[in-house]
Amino acid sequence: MSIFETFRMYFSYPFVRYAFVVAVVMSLSASLLGITLVLKRFSFIGDGLSHVAFGAMAVATVFGSINNNVIVLPLTILAAVILLKTGNNTKVKGDAAIAVFSVGALAVGYFIMNVFSVSSNVSGDVCSTLFGSTSLLTLNEGEVWFSVVLAVIVIALFVILYNRIFAVTFDEDFANATGINADRYNLIIAILIAVVIVMGMKMVGSLLISALVIFPALSAMRLFDDYRRVVICSAVIAVVCAVFGMLLSILLSTPVGATIVIADMAVFVAVVLIRSVFK
Amino acid sequence: MSFITCTDLKLGYDGETVTEGISFEVNEGDYLCIIGENGAGKSTLMKALMGLNKPMSGKIEFGDGITKQEIGYLPQNKEFQRDFPASVSEIVISGTLSKCGWRPFYGRAERQVAENNMKRMELWDLKDKCYRELSGGQQQRVLLARALCATGRLLLLDEPVTGLDYKVTCEFYGLLSELNKSGVSIVMVSHDLEEAIGHANKILQIGREQVFFGDKEDYLRSESWKSFHNHHVSHVHAGEASQCTPSGHISGHGALRRSEGPLKQEAYDAGYKGGGSKL
Repeated sequence: MSIFETFRMYFSYPFVRYAFVVAVVMSLSASLLGITLVLKRFSFIGDGLSHVAFGAMAVATVFGSINNNVIVLPLTILAAVILLKTGNNTKVKGDAAIAVFSVGALAVGYFIMNVFSVSSNVSGDVCSTLFGSTSLLTLNEGEVWFSVVLAVIVIALFVILYNRIFAVTFDEDFANATGINADRYNLIIAILIAVVIVMGMKMVGSLLISALVIFPALSAMRLFDDYRRVVICSAVIAVVCAVFGMLLSILLSTPVGATIVIADMAVFVAVVLIRSVFK
Repeated sequence: MSFITCTDLKLGYDGETVTEGISFEVNEGDYLCIIGENGAGKSTLMKALMGLNKPMSGKIEFGDGITKQEIGYLPQNKEFQRDFPASVSEIVISGTLSKCGWRPFYGRAERQVAENNMKRMELWDLKDKCYRELSGGQQQRVLLARALCATGRLLLLDEPVTGLDYKVTCEFYGLLSELNKSGVSIVMVSHDLEEAIGHANKILQIGREQVFFGDKEDYLRSESWKSFHNHHVSHVHAGEASQCTPSGHISGHGALRRSEGPLKQEAYDAGYKGGGSKL
């Protein structure tokens, strides 16, 4: 069977098409927010949140709610707001707060899944929540729409607020001094990143999602010197890696999430090598 | 009516008073220099003027048509900004953001304001250059152009020359003086004495409470100047005399210019303020 036929066979299944769409929109929105997170030194918030989302997912699974996102999304957004507030508080160190949150959520999540689980394959459930390996088989049309709508909201807000996000990211004090409420935009960014993480959990799993946030931004920042080009480049890298990673995972029967992340990582390594040669 | 009128301000954090009894005003065309020892609350006062923290008691009033959106702010140079991927024009135009209101993108008027200010600060040829590749002096000119985009009337500067070398410092003060002559009111917090107050017409010295406010000529005859100045001179080794003359040329040669940490800052200050008391 030729490569082309393999792809045609796979894409005749609706769940493959769904997974493809979700991977692209999710990677795109993650990469846009990633630039702000990296520049504001917020990368660890993304990492901490993904663990919180894992814990919330465990709770949701046990309670057997029809749509897990009803529980996971609000909990993760709440955690994002709390992390942002403690990060600004000088008395509690932001990184310590994140460590407390992420490790705590992992432990509680694993505990709940083991003790209360109705499933016969607990380690399989845990593994797929962490690494997202098999869960693309379980995507249904409703969840695809949910992801697409969230991604459109994230991307639209990013475009509309582009200039303000730039101003607040570059210099919070100046933004405040000229009457732009920096706290409000920090809050919006934290909420958006929580949304992206929940969206990406199904696809790449909670441990790998922060790679999709950080890698394209880091690669783009090494290639370009102005903000607009960095944003565009980061978005392009994210989409190309999502598409390439999906196709590769079909061909090689590898886990989707890990393959996309490895594609992003390969681009990053290539960029670093190129920069070190031409400098 | 003055641009800014402060009456009996008491400033501090978390219930701890830093400084109190601060009363002064800034009128159109003024060049006010705020001086004081480290930790005297100069930056706290600056933040209060920008509305970033509330005074514990007392009043800050804005008059003569100055609104909060019409304050141009020039912050201390922050380390993280030094690797921020942004072009000169992107940063300068972000100063016009408060004029955009609810419009998400910049219009022709904002572009024109940014262009004018880049030309005024001799940055037009550098407009596509990356901020992180500029010299320290050029970076300060970018931030100054951005501040001028926010206002043509009142600039607040917080230790604007920290980390700049001597020659660039003098040029920068020369630039400020020209702006002041063209009608921009200036309020500046500064570490260095001679050079900073060289161009000022009003002086505010603060400590645990207000030490002096008034015309520069009166200040130079006052006891507070003598003790403050002598205190600094006593730190200085012989033969490190240096100062900027009002025209921006350099006389003398200073040792220890660059400052990176608090310790070096001390040495830098000492070397800087050394010698010549001619003003």
